[in-house]
Amino acid sequence: MANECCFRTLDLDRPWLLEQYRSRGGYDALARVLGDPMDPAAIIDELKTSGLRGRGGAGFPTGVKWSFIRRDEPGDKYIVCNSDEGEPGTFKDRDILRYNPHALIEGMIIAGYVVGANVGYNYIRGEFWEPYERFEGALEEARAAGLLGKDILGSGFDFDIHSHLGAGAYICGEETALLESIEGKKGQPRFKPPFPAMFGLYGRPTLINNTESLASVPEILRRGGEWFRDLGVKNSGGTKLFSVSGNVNRPGNFEVSMGIPFRELLEMAGGVKDGRRLKGVIPGGSSSPVVPGDLMMELNMDYDSIAGAGSMLGSGAVIVMDDSNCMVRVLERMAYFYHEESCGQCTPCREGTGWLYRVVHRIERGEGRPEDLDLLDDVAARIQGRTICALGDAAALPVAGMLRHFREEFEYHIDHKRCMVGAR
Amino acid sequence: MSFKHSPMVRVADPVDKEALFTPEIRAEIDRWVAKYPPEWRQSAVMAGLRILQDHNGGWLTQPLMDDLAAYLDMPEVAVYEVATFYSMYSLEPVGRHKLCVCTNVSCMLNGSDRLVEHLEKRLGTRLGGTTEDGRFTLKEVECLGACGGAPVMQLGRQYYENLTPEILDSILDGLE
Ligand SMILES: Cc1cc2nc3c(=O)[nH]c(=O)nc-3n(C[C@H](O)[C@H](O)[C@H](O)COP(=O)(O)O)c2cc1C
Ligand code: FES
Repeated sequence: MANECCFRTLDLDRPWLLEQYRSRGGYDALARVLGDPMDPAAIIDELKTSGLRGRGGAGFPTGVKWSFIRRDEPGDKYIVCNSDEGEPGTFKDRDILRYNPHALIEGMIIAGYVVGANVGYNYIRGEFWEPYERFEGALEEARAAGLLGKDILGSGFDFDIHSHLGAGAYICGEETALLESIEGKKGQPRFKPPFPAMFGLYGRPTLINNTESLASVPEILRRGGEWFRDLGVKNSGGTKLFSVSGNVNRPGNFEVSMGIPFRELLEMAGGVKDGRRLKGVIPGGSSSPVVPGDLMMELNMDYDSIAGAGSMLGSGAVIVMDDSNCMVRVLERMAYFYHEESCGQCTPCREGTGWLYRVVHRIERGEGRPEDLDLLDDVAARIQGRTICALGDAAALPVAGMLRHFREEFEYHIDHKRCMVGAR
Repeated sequence: MSFKHSPMVRVADPVDKEALFTPEIRAEIDRWVAKYPPEWRQSAVMAGLRILQDHNGGWLTQPLMDDLAAYLDMPEVAVYEVATFYSMYSLEPVGRHKLCVCTNVSCMLNGSDRLVEHLEKRLGTRLGGTTEDGRFTLKEVECLGACGGAPVMQLGRQYYENLTPEILDSILDGLE
């Protein structure tokens, strides 16, 4: 089964239009929620039943997160959508914004109703101009149709949504950095606790979810939590968008059931390019440790299966690498990324990511020293768990993963001052 | 919660905001200011910088940033902090066309090195550089969130996907 949830209008002509969304049951859930006002607790229960887990990477149960904000707490509250999509390998939220923006809008309105918020912000990364314009167009359509703004569908409930455009900073995907960024500051993560549910945007209770999480909500409510849950497997309910890229014949986004065997997903993406051998897969965005190809072929695409192999499902970004690639080179590029994107606020991350990059860089250039691999392990271990936000872990985990599974390539680089694969 | 949490305070004599920018630019910035709570005008700083940069040939000067600080009631240094933190702002003159080539993993696996090499040769400038005639700036960027179309380049507000040196040439040939 494919394209059941966020992509359910994808086969239509100009699927982003309101009429197209409506032709597939769009805004039915909202009408039901607001019509004979539903008990917010019942909506939360439905989400808990569905097994929906945060699609931004951490996999936190969405229904549970929604229950953290007290609806009756007086004062302003906010819904924030995370469309910063910066995790290398991930490109699914871009397609939700481009092809089904109304699902996100409907999800945000329902979220607003549940936690008692009247304003929502969608933080869209600054490079996403086309998706931003699509989203803006959908907002206008929704306002004109009385689905957004004052007294939605005559229910007395007010809710409006504004886009906020980023300006190029991976760290702003981290939820508290994102909030700082909306407040007009550098995107530097906050200490937690307090969590956004208590102290979020402008110091007010804030619900922050990923684009795909929010866009999944309307269809879950329309067809029921059990329907969604049963599409997936234990602990991984529903469908998920997998962004498959790298050395495959037909890269792209695939909305499929959680728990689908990796080999089937790979087939959908046209298999490994040029009939080459599958060497390794980064299964959940560049922050997730690499899994060797043979092992990956035995895994299923759900939280538990991937975790069982020592990695993470993360954002569902699957980077496929064939045997022509040098893993030292791949890790060097990733280490450069984290060093470049570290916000510089806390020492283990700021200094540690620099160390990781410089050491992998010198190994790649054939200037590595015998003690370098232990040094990398040591630096990675000193970052992990010691930083203000999870960017430190995201930088350290891939290093540990590469050294665990492809150590001999690194040793070869050090011993022979050249590449084992002959990539260059 | 009793955390202190309020907008930054600007200590300076009030200025005539209408004199700072053209009515057109003010209207653009005000459209963003209106999205946020009235006391949080500074939330529009990112949009303001982008708008000013677009109207100034792609880069920001200190006087522009100072004016924006005054316009949004925030300290000047707070605007500099934002302008230097985010990669899409430029504090130096850039070429008429800014070629932002992604070299992150998925693009690298699909030949972004070849694109960079080709561009460096054709333009006679390295990554980070601007051609002498001021037409092109070549910039390496991190994952653009479009890896399904790797290798990817951003030019202005548009993405170009599945690039080859040949396609790049035809794009560049069509630019002034
Ligand atoms: C360095 C870093 C980058 C992140 N980038 C993103 C991102 O681009 N998009 C996203 O949705 N979540 C991102 N996250 C996760 C968010 O902090 C947060 O967990 C998520 O938005 C919560 O939404 P969810 O529960 O619906 O997944 C990032 C986290 C870290 C530590
Ligand atoms: S790696 Fe280039 S767009 Fe993602």
